[in-house]
Amino acid sequence: MPSSALWAVDLFGRVCTLSTAAQHWELCRDAQLEFKRVSASAQCCWGIACDNRVYVRVDAGDVPIRRREEAYENQRWNPVGGFCETLLPSDRWPWSDVSGLQHRPLDGVALPSPHWEWESDWYVDENFGGEPTEKGGWTYAIDFPAAYTRDKKWNSCVRRRRWIRYRRYKSRDTWAQIPSQDDPKQLPDPFNDLSVGGWEITDEPVGHLSVWAVSLQGKVWYREDVSHPNPEGSSWSLVDTPGEVVQISCGPHDLLWATLWEGQALVREGISRNNPKGSSWSIVEPPTSENGIMHVSVGVSVLWAVTKDRKVWFRRGVNSHNPCGTSWIEMVGEMMMVDVGLNDQVWGISWADRALYFRQGVTQSELSGKTWKAIVASRECDRSHSGSSSSLLSAGCFFGDEVRGSGESCGPSDSEAERPGPDPERELQATSPASTPAELPWTNIDLKEPKRGPSHAAASFPEASDLSSLGLLPLGMEEPDGAECHPLWAWVSGGGCAVEAHTVLKWFTAQSGLSPSVQTLSLSITPAQTAAWRKQIFQQLTERTKRELENFRHYEQAVEQSVWVKTGALQWWCDWKPHRWVDVRVALERFTGQDGARDSILFVYYVVHEEKKYIHVFLNEVTALVPVLNEAKHSFALYTPERTRQRWPVRLAAATEQDMSDWLALLNLSCCESRRVHGRPSPQAIWSVTCKGDVFVSEPSPDLEAPERPLPCDQMFWRQMGGHLRVVEANSRGVVWGIGYDHTAWVYTGGYGGSSSQGLAGGPSGIYTQSDVKCVCIYENQRWNPVTGYTSRGLPTDRYMWSDATGLQECTKASTKPPSLQWTWVSDWFVDFSVPGGADQEGWQYASDFPASYHGYKTMKDFVRRRCWARKCKLVTSGPWLEVAPIALTDVSIIPEAPGAPGSEPSIALWAISDKGDVLCRLGVSELNPAGSSWLHVGTDQPFASVSIGACYQVWAVARDGSAFYRGSVSPSKPAGDCWYLIPSPPKQRLKQVSVGHTAVFALDENGNMWYRQGVTPSYPQGSGWEHVSNNVRRVSVGPLDQVWVIADKVQGSHGLSRGTVCHRTGVQPLEPKGLGWDYGIGVSGAALGGLSQWDLEARGAVPRGPREGPGGAVPSCLSVPCCQVPRGGHYGFFYGGYLCSAVTR
Amino acid sequence: MTDDKDVLRDVWFGRIPTCFTLYQDEITEREAEPYYLLLPRVSYLTLVTDKVKKHFQKVMRQEDISEIWFEYEGTPLKWHYPIGLLFDLLASSSALPWNITVHFKSFPEKDLLHCPSKDVIEAHFMSCVKEADALKHKSQVINEMQKKDHKQLWMGLQNDRFDQFWAINRKLMEYPAEENGFRYIPFRIYQTTTERPFIQKLFRPMAADGQLHTLGDLLKEVCPSAIAPEDGERKNQVMIHGIEPMLETPLQWLSEHLSYPDNFLHISIIPQPTD
Repeated sequence: MPSSALWAVDLFGRVCTLSTAAQHWELCRDAQLEFKRVSASAQCCWGIACDNRVYVRVDAGDVPIRRREEAYENQRWNPVGGFCETLLPSDRWPWSDVSGLQHRPLDGVALPSPHWEWESDWYVDENFGGEPTEKGGWTYAIDFPAAYTRDKKWNSCVRRRRWIRYRRYKSRDTWAQIPSQDDPKQLPDPFNDLSVGGWEITDEPVGHLSVWAVSLQGKVWYREDVSHPNPEGSSWSLVDTPGEVVQISCGPHDLLWATLWEGQALVREGISRNNPKGSSWSIVEPPTSENGIMHVSVGVSVLWAVTKDRKVWFRRGVNSHNPCGTSWIEMVGEMMMVDVGLNDQVWGISWADRALYFRQGVTQSELSGKTWKAIVASRECDRSHSGSSSSLLSAGCFFGDEVRGSGESCGPSDSEAERPGPDPERELQATSPASTPAELPWTNIDLKEPKRGPSHAAASFPEASDLSSLGLLPLGMEEPDGAECHPLWAWVSGGGCAVEAHTVLKWFTAQSGLSPSVQTLSLSITPAQTAAWRKQIFQQLTERTKRELENFRHYEQAVEQSVWVKTGALQWWCDWKPHRWVDVRVALERFTGQDGARDSILFVYYVVHEEKKYIHVFLNEVTALVPVLNEAKHSFALYTPERTRQRWPVRLAAATEQDMSDWLALLNLSCCESRRVHGRPSPQAIWSVTCKGDVFVSEPSPDLEAPERPLPCDQMFWRQMGGHLRVVEANSRGVVWGIGYDHTAWVYTGGYGGSSSQGLAGGPSGIYTQSDVKCVCIYENQRWNPVTGYTSRGLPTDRYMWSDATGLQECTKASTKPPSLQWTWVSDWFVDFSVPGGADQEGWQYASDFPASYHGYKTMKDFVRRRCWARKCKLVTSGPWLEVAPIALTDVSIIPEAPGAPGSEPSIALWAISDKGDVLCRLGVSELNPAGSSWLHVGTDQPFASVSIGACYQVWAVARDGSAFYRGSVSPSKPAGDCWYLIPSPPKQRLKQVSVGHTAVFALDENGNMWYRQGVTPSYPQGSGWEHVSNNVRRVSVGPLDQVWVIADKVQGSHGLSRGTVCHRTGVQPLEPKGLGWDYGIGVSGAALGGLSQWDLEARGAVPRGPREGPGGAVPSCLSVPCCQVPRGGHYGFFYGGYLCSAVTR
Repeated sequence: MTDDKDVLRDVWFGRIPTCFTLYQDEITEREAEPYYLLLPRVSYLTLVTDKVKKHFQKVMRQEDISEIWFEYEGTPLKWHYPIGLLFDLLASSSALPWNITVHFKSFPEKDLLHCPSKDVIEAHFMSCVKEADALKHKSQVINEMQKKDHKQLWMGLQNDRFDQFWAINRKLMEYPAEENGFRYIPFRIYQTTTERPFIQKLFRPMAADGQLHTLGDLLKEVCPSAIAPEDGERKNQVMIHGIEPMLETPLQWLSEHLSYPDNFLHISIIPQPTD
């Protein structure tokens, strides 16, 4: 769960934020400004200050907001001077935009507002669609406008080149004023209310935001073009209203409500992706005619309102299709205002005491929630009092500088500002009870108080008396009750605050001291884990075991480990006729072998032709247990080397999910036991994820990379780790990162267990809640006919009118279920516009016939069209993962290192690609802090798709247009390098992924070809050309010793075809870096099992970074065994004097 | 980084090598060989000594056999104390294996409880677990469990099945997220030097100011004599499961990880060995 923040304004206009992970309000610093309104979204917060101007505060984050300006320089050839700027009179401008219609001289391009700055000067773009151009970046054509090529031909009469310059938004983490556009001819009409929303109308990366404002005269304004890359928007435009509006609320999706002076509510209709301003208003009458509506707030499918008598109302039946809803329900409580935030959660400010309340129990099924619960989090200023004072007290020092410092920086507390000239004694009584909740002897601390002085209070609040003009001060404020001196709130906004069912909030109890749960949320090892007492216990236990057992192992055990059997009823997929699920009895026999190791046999008893038979599996032969959840069955697949070769696992299904997870947990445990695998995976482990998002890890055995007869990789044992990921990346120092389907970045905590081993002993450690969101897509298909145009009536030979992507399966909105029972819907169906090939305004894609290639515009030849409907579903599980907030990623790469290699830097290089295509470099990653500290943005001229860093800091990347880049001069001291070098792609191929090992560079193109980069040398790390290695590859990962592992697309087994198979390149040698052939490992498709293709293991992770060889047997497990050492020098001795160490155990 | 779960495993699989010899005055038909066994620290003597009993009964006449009992250096061993506790308290400074004398006669009625069957051990064990949960959760967790869960705890202990036992026991080790530990820590402090069998008091895992209580805080409060004076030399060892945790160790962590299967922290205070 990422932490997000609630925004609020107190009566003195101070803006505070409260993080979902925190217990204390944090004052929004920098502000000489007082605010009367704030409205927050996840990335930014808009507000109206007391100077009646509008401000926006954009979160700094690690990725800059940058926009590209471009201009084209156009030239025409003439026989005298060659290419020159003299164009024909009919030609375009010598400096123009891309269309040529607009004059655009370089010095005429200005920054849109003072909040932007130029990143660099103009420069020529030498990249032409992934192909490097000649120096100068010119592209040639016969005439304007025409198709340009990078080669100059005999008939090239014109040429042009593109100039690029980036501007960067600089006013982040500060309130940036939006220039007001008062018409000087009219009276000023300052803004009175403001609301932001609409971010769900479009998907990322558009990042559209709807900003609505209301002026004092009751007019409604809409801010045009506000989006993530353009946080200020461009201009205000007036939206006509049928009356004078006093307040407005914009929901995250397409709801917009406003209140009229007369007490009715206005509802905006017709808001959509193409028309975010909406089209018309309709009026909703207040619940009672005598008390009009004073305040409204909308969410995705709720509306809350406050009437003039302070009563709170919930509007039933509000949603996109019926924005007006159906009827009012009165709720308990008297509120000043309410605000609906993310997930339709609700906050309110009570009428009686101006306290902030959170509506508890709001869920999708119960949108009105259960009760109001007061948020009693203390403010930062209070906390710094108690925090520093308690630490000082314990240090026996009452008069440190810290107290004074914090007292001053946080400003005076509420009660002081209340009085024009507070006398220190009263102040003492009023502030101290609230500021010292831990019953500390506060008198000592407050001796400092007079130093703050009344003049200070007056100075920082010069406008305190003006506040009453806002009409916000209720009566009775002059005599604050010292005992209940909580902050008095004026406004709250939850638009950026994500509270979900499993979020644990610590807002409701005032607490001092660090609670342990706060510590556990940070991944860098907690104090408890490094504490001396903990180390001592581990050490002493080890010593005790040694002392009490070492010389007595031959003694008999008091309790015999007898055979132990678990039996049960499952279903088993019968491999032969009748090819269906049959009921079976199963029994798991666990016994202790001769050497004390446990082993187990699984028996499956079935009846065929009234004859009792059984199959059995030794669990020490099992190589993987894969849960195969689908909407109907709780099943799992069991692989052995033989089954892997057949591409045909044993498949079992349980009646309930609980039953299945019990069996899986037990079988997993038995497998690990018989293979003596337990605890955290070693740093050399190979990680993989399946197409279902399950995470698997395999301990590489020393003979996996043996030059002679390596261990076949179908014998590798894969055990499941908890969690749900789309991409996983590990390095050989134990740092593991993952990326979820929703692009959330996760870092491995070092724990094990989680969802895959519920019910196992020991209790979870390092296991946290993890959630993931993905979209299920179905297609609406239509055919054109001359009479009625496009209709949902197809030809009899056509596909289903509602189908999956292939058209073979019928998928209607009603019948389509989430992928498995673990998933639940979290949105309604919506049209997906971001489909490959593009879509028109309504999301349609056109083609001449099914199935064909689709395009986003209609032509004369198009007779069919389709559009993609998507619906989000969410899974909540648990695993040893912690979120790395807040930037969403699509790819990540960690530097591979041979364990214990000399010169291992303390900091581990990690590069990533954000979901917007930004290239990022993580700083501060180490074994002790695998999450790192912050992102460093690496500028690019286009969005990127893949990145990989090699052991010698070679960074390679692939852009979304398929071109490859090499980053120059990356080193530990210069983690981001200096510039990109464009590397031409293999001819006619668009690259999609790159992976770098020690020295080898491999890339994949979109057609599944794998390429090896030739000619890479230390002095010329870019290499000279691409050499084809193999096709049929889906994903490649190169290890620290240039071991090559891939996910193969299709592999034919003796019984079935596997799609997505872990494969190991054999014969990779220093002089044969491309290797010789493939060894096929785990991976099976259910395609052969009756069309249930979306079921099975399809490992597609960034599999293996890092098998286990250390130079010269540095790995303890290799020490005791003879090593045959194969020198790896000779290729270029510059890189290493390392040896490939391989060993045979036992 | 080692996992806390490994502590549980190490605690569970703690074994004491033991040599059982028959008391010299017992009448035998032929000479009784000593019997060597690895005793689980977390279990109970009478629960794991069936083999011992069988071994010595073979050399005795049927009519001389009555209830078996054990003694170490003259002290009768209470079967209702966990084995690890008995060893730490009485024999931790002596050489291994632990020499236990086996008796079949003259049952010391005033020192030992009778143990006619394993049901008695089970009843004792379960009552300890219940008492511990009463302290930790006002009995809420144990009462919500089903009969078969109780049985699984006992069977797990009896058959030395770590997984089976901890699958249930971990529920007893949970506490609500909003609280920072158990209500009270179930502990018992044993000393050889006093007549009193053990000290047991109500003690919270956390001080009123939110500070975690440590092992040292506990001893200071309930057994100040166990801790050395500020300047003086330490005269006592504070031992749990054969190890001496630092006095800075948080009590809540100890309770979660170093409790015996009966959910109590059995802490031995023993004189510092002089050598």
